[in-house]
Amino acid sequence: MSKVPPVFGLIDCNSFYASCERVFRPDLAKVPIVVLSNNDGCVIARSYDAKPYVKMGEPYFQIKQKLKQHGIVPFSSNYALYGDMSERVMTLIESMVPAVEVYSIDEAFVDLTGISDLDSLGRKIRSQVLRCTGIPVGVGIAHTKTLAKLANHTAKRLQAQTGGVVNICDPIKRDWVLRNTDVAEVWGVGRRMKVHLDGMGIKTAMDLAKADPWTLRKNFSVVIEKTARELVGTPCLELDEPDPPKQEICCSRMFGKRLKELPPIKEAVAAYMMRASEKLRAQRSLCKKIRVSIRTGMFNPDEAKYANGVVIALPYPTDDVRLLTTAAVDALDRVFRPGFSYSKAEVLLLNLCQPGEYTDDLFATSQPTEATRVMSVLDEINGRWGRGTLRSASVPRNPDWGMRREMMSQSYTTRLDQLWEIRCT
Amino acid sequence: MSYSILGPISEGGSKVPLCLFRVPAGFPSPAADHIEAQISLDEVLNIRAPHVYLVSLAGESMQGAGIYEGDLAVVDRSIEPAHGHIVIALLNNEPVCKRLCLRGREVILMSENPKYPPRYVLEGDELSIWGVITSSVRSHV
Repeated sequence: MSKVPPVFGLIDCNSFYASCERVFRPDLAKVPIVVLSNNDGCVIARSYDAKPYVKMGEPYFQIKQKLKQHGIVPFSSNYALYGDMSERVMTLIESMVPAVEVYSIDEAFVDLTGISDLDSLGRKIRSQVLRCTGIPVGVGIAHTKTLAKLANHTAKRLQAQTGGVVNICDPIKRDWVLRNTDVAEVWGVGRRMKVHLDGMGIKTAMDLAKADPWTLRKNFSVVIEKTARELVGTPCLELDEPDPPKQEICCSRMFGKRLKELPPIKEAVAAYMMRASEKLRAQRSLCKKIRVSIRTGMFNPDEAKYANGVVIALPYPTDDVRLLTTAAVDALDRVFRPGFSYSKAEVLLLNLCQPGEYTDDLFATSQPTEATRVMSVLDEINGRWGRGTLRSASVPRNPDWGMRREMMSQSYTTRLDQLWEIRCT
Repeated sequence: MSYSILGPISEGGSKVPLCLFRVPAGFPSPAADHIEAQISLDEVLNIRAPHVYLVSLAGESMQGAGIYEGDLAVVDRSIEPAHGHIVIALLNNEPVCKRLCLRGREVILMSENPKYPPRYVLEGDELSIWGVITSSVRSHV
């Protein structure tokens, strides 16, 4: 009996951040919008109708005039909203397919092996997600993940003709897509590689699929060889298992404004540590060392530049935010020099281990069980009443060094005091 | 000081509480064998479902339906809107809360307050239904 060939789907939200903003702003349904990075720095997302006017990554301060001129509405990034909407989309997808790999905030691979009517399932996913969340998605279906990605790209490119669903399990359709897609659009082909491939006469996805795998491996890497094999329909990548716990955890952010004094930087470092230790406990790890670093702006020629960091070993592997914060503030004291305008701090948790995995020496102290319990109470309270409800006293509620988010929408779905208000008039 | 941490007040409604009746000494709790899942409003109102949203309501046009200023509404986007549903409608991209009335070919957005006349949806109007209100919640204090 022959094995059923695998079938993968890639479901991708169209202009996800912009689409989220539109769900609760129907008045902007036909108004182009852009979403800005942290501190309102640069453009990180554009609605479809803003794309002709604004490039990805353009700094906000440079394009203010242009936005006004074209009536494009800017938003600060509202990750509470995007995170919640993403979870809704993913939960809906999970309810319709056998297995899901959430690939990013707005993309998921799904396993569709053995399903008979793929096209109609694809359309059902699309209509169901659109109806239940207001987020438009594209669906690509094929025998490998790389081809599913390509099918999805085609669905997006030919939205009107395809209705947002493209199934290229059929070799004739697959070949059409391969011939009509630039090699730069293939998953994993970067700009630099594109130049190289171009030199080798590989211009379309079809050229890459037909290229000799061994030559590819010799000239580039085994990764691109796999990509080429996947393009011909030989699956090399499977639906991924959830990520293994991270070996390092980082929390680093720009301050909303330059900081010259030590106390507010201490607050920021304590706040970043609060967040980093939450991530640490969420993956059930302990950490043995931390690194704290700070720096000034690096690009302003009139400013004195300084950057420094220090690693501190902890007395025992821990996830206790109190001990971690004490160590972080201590580290900061060592690297802080007066007379500079600081723009950024970073907290890094290093040498992570799982409890029970590290070898204790007989006389070593380990984290007291009380501390572990206090931390689980802390996480439970914050999980229930929202992040930051219970926090170290050194972390202010509304710091003046906090992120600049001047055009942020409401947290419509996660804050009771910010719900969408509908008028009965 | 001795304390035990009981499970969280159930959010999903499906969690069975931890039984931590302490029995170091004394009579074991006769209730221990009869623990049931906790009552959960989240589950009654289904607000954890991915297609359900909470919105807040303002204005007085829906008072006849028992909807007052400041009430919370549970909005389900998976339900096919039908005649008689109270809906969040987008009328020319403006969100309104009305009762949906389908009479033959006519679509009417009805208020539940004599002061507010029915709004007939006309040829040039653009109407879509954002979601159907399944419950509303009012605080009485």
